[in-house]
Amino acid sequence: MENEKKKSVIDWVWDLFASVKFAVVIFTVIALTSMVGTIVEQNVEPEKNLKVLAKMFGESAAPTLYGILDKLGFMDMYHSWWFVTFLLLFAANLVICSLDRLPRILKHVKEKIHPMSEEYIERMSIRKTVSIKGKPAGLTEQAAAAIGKIGFRPGRSETEKGVQFYAEKGNFTRLGVYITHLSILVILSGAIIGVYFGFGAFLNLPEGQTTSVAYTNRGTEVPLGFEVRCDNFEVDYYGETDMPKAYKSWLTVFKNGKEVAHKVISVNDPLTYEGITFYQSSFGSLPDAMDRGVVVLNLVSRDGKNEQVNTRVGGTFTMPGTAVTGKITNFSPALSFDESGRPFTYDQNVSNPAIYVEFSGEGGKPFAGWIFKRFPQTWNLPDGSRVEFKDFWGVQYTGLQVRRDPGVLLVYLGCIFMAIGLYITFFMSHKRLWVSLVEEKGSTKVLIGATANKNRASFEKDIEKLAGLLDEARKGGK
Amino acid sequence: MSGSASSVFFGLTTMAYILAMVLYIGYLAFRKKAIGLVATAVTIAGFVSQTLAILLRWKDFYDIGQMGWLRAVPLTNLYESLIFFVWCLILAYLVIEYKYKTRTFGAFITPVAALVLGFIDLSGMSKNIQPLVPALQSNWLLAHVMMSFISYSMFAVSFSTGLMYLIVRTEKRSEPAYIFWTVMLSIFIIVLCAMGLDYLTFKLSVKSQEELIKSFLFKATFRSSSSGVAVASYAIAAGLTFVIWRFGGVLKRLVTGFNMSAETLDEITYRSIAMGFPIFTLGGLIFGAIWADQAWGKYWTWDPKETWSLITWFFYAFYLHSRLMRGWRGKKVAMVAVLGFIAVIFTYLGVNLLLSGLHSYGSQ
Ligand code: HEM
Repeated sequence: MENEKKKSVIDWVWDLFASVKFAVVIFTVIALTSMVGTIVEQNVEPEKNLKVLAKMFGESAAPTLYGILDKLGFMDMYHSWWFVTFLLLFAANLVICSLDRLPRILKHVKEKIHPMSEEYIERMSIRKTVSIKGKPAGLTEQAAAAIGKIGFRPGRSETEKGVQFYAEKGNFTRLGVYITHLSILVILSGAIIGVYFGFGAFLNLPEGQTTSVAYTNRGTEVPLGFEVRCDNFEVDYYGETDMPKAYKSWLTVFKNGKEVAHKVISVNDPLTYEGITFYQSSFGSLPDAMDRGVVVLNLVSRDGKNEQVNTRVGGTFTMPGTAVTGKITNFSPALSFDESGRPFTYDQNVSNPAIYVEFSGEGGKPFAGWIFKRFPQTWNLPDGSRVEFKDFWGVQYTGLQVRRDPGVLLVYLGCIFMAIGLYITFFMSHKRLWVSLVEEKGSTKVLIGATANKNRASFEKDIEKLAGLLDEARKGGK
Repeated sequence: MSGSASSVFFGLTTMAYILAMVLYIGYLAFRKKAIGLVATAVTIAGFVSQTLAILLRWKDFYDIGQMGWLRAVPLTNLYESLIFFVWCLILAYLVIEYKYKTRTFGAFITPVAALVLGFIDLSGMSKNIQPLVPALQSNWLLAHVMMSFISYSMFAVSFSTGLMYLIVRTEKRSEPAYIFWTVMLSIFIIVLCAMGLDYLTFKLSVKSQEELIKSFLFKATFRSSSSGVAVASYAIAAGLTFVIWRFGGVLKRLVTGFNMSAETLDEITYRSIAMGFPIFTLGGLIFGAIWADQAWGKYWTWDPKETWSLITWFFYAFYLHSRLMRGWRGKKVAMVAVLGFIAVIFTYLGVNLLLSGLHSYGSQ
């Protein structure tokens, strides 16, 4: 007695989880709760959301509402216990629903097609009759060939009044839905692995510096197990604007003091070493480092002599092969000129660095002026020599996202499964076909019956084609 | 200069689609074959002109960006993607007109196209060609945006046919499905009119045109600072809804007058979702995730845009599965198809315009 009752509860739960109705309820619940999380900003300071709530529901209601939502976990809702529970219920629903139906589907897939009675064929969703002169025996070859032409390999069986061909294609496509469902589980498990065995951190690494740790959002250190050095960082801009076109970091990885990897990374092109990936994500300047920054110049004299020098703001250099010296007397990280032509600094970031150089010596007219890193036309001096402002090094940092996600492969695998599963589900079908040749008063009645579980219209076209081919066979037979 | 050439062609396109809308509706009302033929011809002319406009813009972008043809596909901002959406939608419509030999949908699809183009002008969104910021320089992004919009246009078709299905199949004014479609239609019309009023009222006072929707949405009507105007707006909206509810039968007679069976409508709704769903899954969700993974190192971050894509995806999964439930074929499923497209609109426009307005500081 008790045993039976117990079983029925399990049955009840099983049936619930095996039902599509439950799936539809879960779809709705996940969709609706997710909406809240797009209105309430996730993981931000309370003031931000208080403001949002005040905009929507008024100043007076906002604090109470915030309190309630906060208690319910809506401020980080996608990681809250109840949202994760919904996802797990969803997964359980998917597993049980699929298991519940799998035996029946597998039977469908494995079941071999067999001959059918005429009455049965006449009731099929796609059917067609053609009348052909001559006995069935003389037409079998042509019929088999015609069926072959529309892509089926038919079986054959003799009937009382003639012969029947039957064929099928794509039984396995009935599994497409299950591949799709399975793929969701694969993706979810990849995501879980990522959460438990991976980490996400960031790193602001100044040019020339080396580190062996990254930092989480909360500021705790994450050891990398190796060292990374930022050798250089560069930004390219669109034309004369301050809109970045590309930014790149030259990274070198050291393990046990030995250089083991080197890559120039840019946005959309990261570096991976030992499962840890460094993504170019932002950049910035170090205001305190400006006077330590290295000014990298390539000096070209009038007669083409070339020399690279590294100096600093305040430093001096000599043009190669001459006695002309230059002194860097002023510097701006981002220089522009106002309407009256006066220079001013418009940004504290090193977005458009310029140096003011004063020349002296060799009797000629001393020249003084601004030289910009980004505008090579400012490199040409009046006397025909050039001061190429190559880099202002050591004053910028590269902003890197540092991540390890061992689940990502599984996620991608799941995505591939899903694509395959959806393709099979929506663009392929299980097609079955019966062609019966029946002797009828000296001529042959060809009875075609067919079914497809999807995309019937396209199969109907094939059947039309088959009827046409048989019709031609009749004309040929005449 | 081809820059202006492309905007001339865009202007012609807008006019052609508006004219086509009038013609298709005229065709629906008067049932003259000649009107139908002209409507088709005008739509095709608009489509050709739009294709040219897009190609010219592509070339301009290529000249500016200097990063190869693939990086210059004009699909990088709201304006360009809406244009592409309309292009896909009209293409899908022309295919359906050809395949199903019917022009009845024209009266439902061309208004969507005309509305979107009208929306572009009303909202005053930026039409400038903007160079790509580094994060957007990815081939995944291109495939992602393109496929998303192809699927959106499929969903738009299913929205129209779903709505038509409801119009054809509902009998009584007390029926939930009847109330559903009349209210949906009213909301569409009301939101559009309200936005038009916002534009007329505030176009002079906004600094940048982009601000209009972000900070002034419904400020001329429902959210007016004068409570009299706000109350009156709600009253007018309710009145309009009532009128549409009361006289919805007229629309039904118009649609049923044509030999569009409910079964065909249901089939087209299903088929366009059956096309749109896999494309959206692959292009919208999977390619989007791959791109995010390459650019930021995280394939999923629950940001509002991603979350709304997921919500949309769940809506359509709901649609596909609700067809499998006993007693759910027909009207209920059609309602899900209509709601699904509302989720699409929100994913695309709502997240950019409403949520960013909500989350931004300065604006009030
Ligand atoms: C968001 C997640 C899901 C996706 C993307 C998905 C996808 C699909 C697709 C594409 C189909 C084929 C529909 C058609 O042929 O029109 C399908 C069928 C089905 N799904 Fe799902 N599904 C999901 C979740 C679920 C869940 C949670 C259940 C659990 C009850 C479920 C149960 C079914 C069943 C029973 C079928 C019919 C299978 C058949 O025709 O043999 N699905 N699903």
